[in-house]
Amino acid sequence: MEATYLAAINQALHEEMRRDENVIVMGEDVAELGGAFKVTDGLLAAYGEDRVIDTPISEALIVGAGVGAAILGMRPVVEMQFGDFISCAFDQIVNTAATLRYRHGGRAACPLVIRAPSGAGVHGALFHSQNPEAWFTRVPGLKVVAPATPYDAKGLLKSAIRDDNPVVYFEHKRLYRSVKEDLPDGEFTVPIGVAELRQTGRDLSIITYGGTLHQCLDAASIVSREDGLSIEVLDLRTLLPLDREAILATARKTGKVLIVHEDRLTGGIGGEVAAIIAEHAFDSLDGPIRRLAALDTHTAFSPPLEEFILPNVNKIVEAIRGLAAY
Amino acid sequence: MAHAETTAASAETAQRVEYELQLYYWMKLIRAFEERVSRLHRQNKILGGVYSGAGQEAVVTGVCAPLQPGDFVAPLHRDLGVFLVRGVDPGRLMAQLMGKETGLSRGKDSFLHGGDLEHCVFGSTSMLGSSLPVAAGAALKFQIKKEPRVAVAFFGEGASSRGDVHEAMNFAGVRKLPVVFVCENNRYAYSTPLDKQMAIENVADRAPAYGFKGHVVSGNDLLAVVQLAEKVVRRVRAGGGPELIECKTYRYRGHSEHDAALYRDKEELLEWQSRDPIPRYEFYLEKKGHDMKRIREEIDERVRAVVQQAVEFAEQSPLPAPGEALEDLYAPAPLNPAGDGRA
Repeated sequence: MEATYLAAINQALHEEMRRDENVIVMGEDVAELGGAFKVTDGLLAAYGEDRVIDTPISEALIVGAGVGAAILGMRPVVEMQFGDFISCAFDQIVNTAATLRYRHGGRAACPLVIRAPSGAGVHGALFHSQNPEAWFTRVPGLKVVAPATPYDAKGLLKSAIRDDNPVVYFEHKRLYRSVKEDLPDGEFTVPIGVAELRQTGRDLSIITYGGTLHQCLDAASIVSREDGLSIEVLDLRTLLPLDREAILATARKTGKVLIVHEDRLTGGIGGEVAAIIAEHAFDSLDGPIRRLAALDTHTAFSPPLEEFILPNVNKIVEAIRGLAAY
Repeated sequence: MAHAETTAASAETAQRVEYELQLYYWMKLIRAFEERVSRLHRQNKILGGVYSGAGQEAVVTGVCAPLQPGDFVAPLHRDLGVFLVRGVDPGRLMAQLMGKETGLSRGKDSFLHGGDLEHCVFGSTSMLGSSLPVAAGAALKFQIKKEPRVAVAFFGEGASSRGDVHEAMNFAGVRKLPVVFVCENNRYAYSTPLDKQMAIENVADRAPAYGFKGHVVSGNDLLAVVQLAEKVVRRVRAGGGPELIECKTYRYRGHSEHDAALYRDKEELLEWQSRDPIPRYEFYLEKKGHDMKRIREEIDERVRAVVQQAVEFAEQSPLPAPGEALEDLYAPAPLNPAGDGRA
């Protein structure tokens, strides 16, 4: 049945709550309202107020309480209403949750999912457009995922809920209603830590994730049509741990790598991906590893500014052509 | 009938007497254990930050005494006593402080950051007050599952300035969670005195603003703490919602063993030491007719043996192998579907 990205997330929540009574959902406006984006719609009616919990505006509490419930056997899925607000819970995520198992000598588990609607391109301005994933991808003890399709959104959320570790789940707001896909009727999950080749190609590899995947696919089909270029597109899907094998395999295959993400350039995941390739696949490269990312500024509000800052299909096409000609 | 009642009453009294002596044992054990820890730190056998709770033993003893094994406790960085009263193995605790393989965190973290969830003791981070939301979450679990358990969160008056404390108390008040907040007000946040930390007299005065009761008690009076804690824990366990106990107390040593605490007036320290919880409780036991000379000797002997054994166990334990630094980061996949929270 066809489902939007948003509906896919909603389905995953419904199915996991039905499957396991220890799964609870907690966050600001998630119960009565069904979430600011309606991602948690219908959960309150189906599972009741003990398991679908509206909280005060208290991000540190939301994550911290999630940890407390998780270490005692619950599987909380907590929501940051906007991914931007995750900074308010930063300490609870990187210090309390991420170190929990380590500092308890391996005798504790923290099956917690932190959902964070992130991403730009929705006129959200500085505090409703952020892509904060790279703040978390260097924190051992966490897993970080960023699905780009309805199938992955559903399958990765189900895997995250069943994982015994804290998982930060970035869902891209722009994709909520803009991406649709036929989903299988039966049960499926998508493993954490495994990237997916979205299309195979010979001339150049694009490595991307989240909101920019669809732009990359559009750009790839343009250069295929207009330039006869054969582009491989790798969707990382999981940002921690990175699927190093898949990254190296595509780099070795085409010898040219363009990394695209909507997060800012400096300190973004692209830098780590580039380093992995430079360290381990240098001999296979036919050109410099290129990165296309948001400019190193804040995500400004006014449309010409936002357009200037963010990657888009035209910029990706240009970057592909530049690298292909190298 | 009358006879049976008398027998039952005297059995209960005997039980109470034993309980009261057990409280004394715990305070003595905590004091002796921590004195040994301070000494081991001076000898470089314990490295890193050591935060003595000397002077505050009555707080942890009195609050933990009425708890059940399934109750969840989040101690603050100074509450080594919580581990002992909760029944954590003293040897493993000492090994934890020495960074040994047999310690609670297997050498991963120092001092009390290694918790022991098998005894429902949470290892706190250094971000003071950040364990209050965690305790609220534990209490939320008890409430959802209708389990007659309570969560206890210790924090200092220093931590009470942090937003996490506000968020946790507010949420606990809104949801009427079974959590007991215990403030150990020892008058100093490291070097910063009370009047630079808060504009009101008591941390407990904030409780009504969150919709629950706050109590102030002398944290150096074990009997007062335990009597209050028994009542509070009973009410909270019965579903009456959270309560806050503020214990006025004083730490004898610096913020950590590295701190000579020169910012404090010596007279102030002496004044508080004259209210030491241990002799004060001995005085109470003596008045109840106990032979304190004999009891003191017996308990001192027991305590000495426990501490000595713990030190020997820890000293004989191996240090972790370097490569273990990469272990215990992630719970293995696949998941644990039973979800008892433990690996």
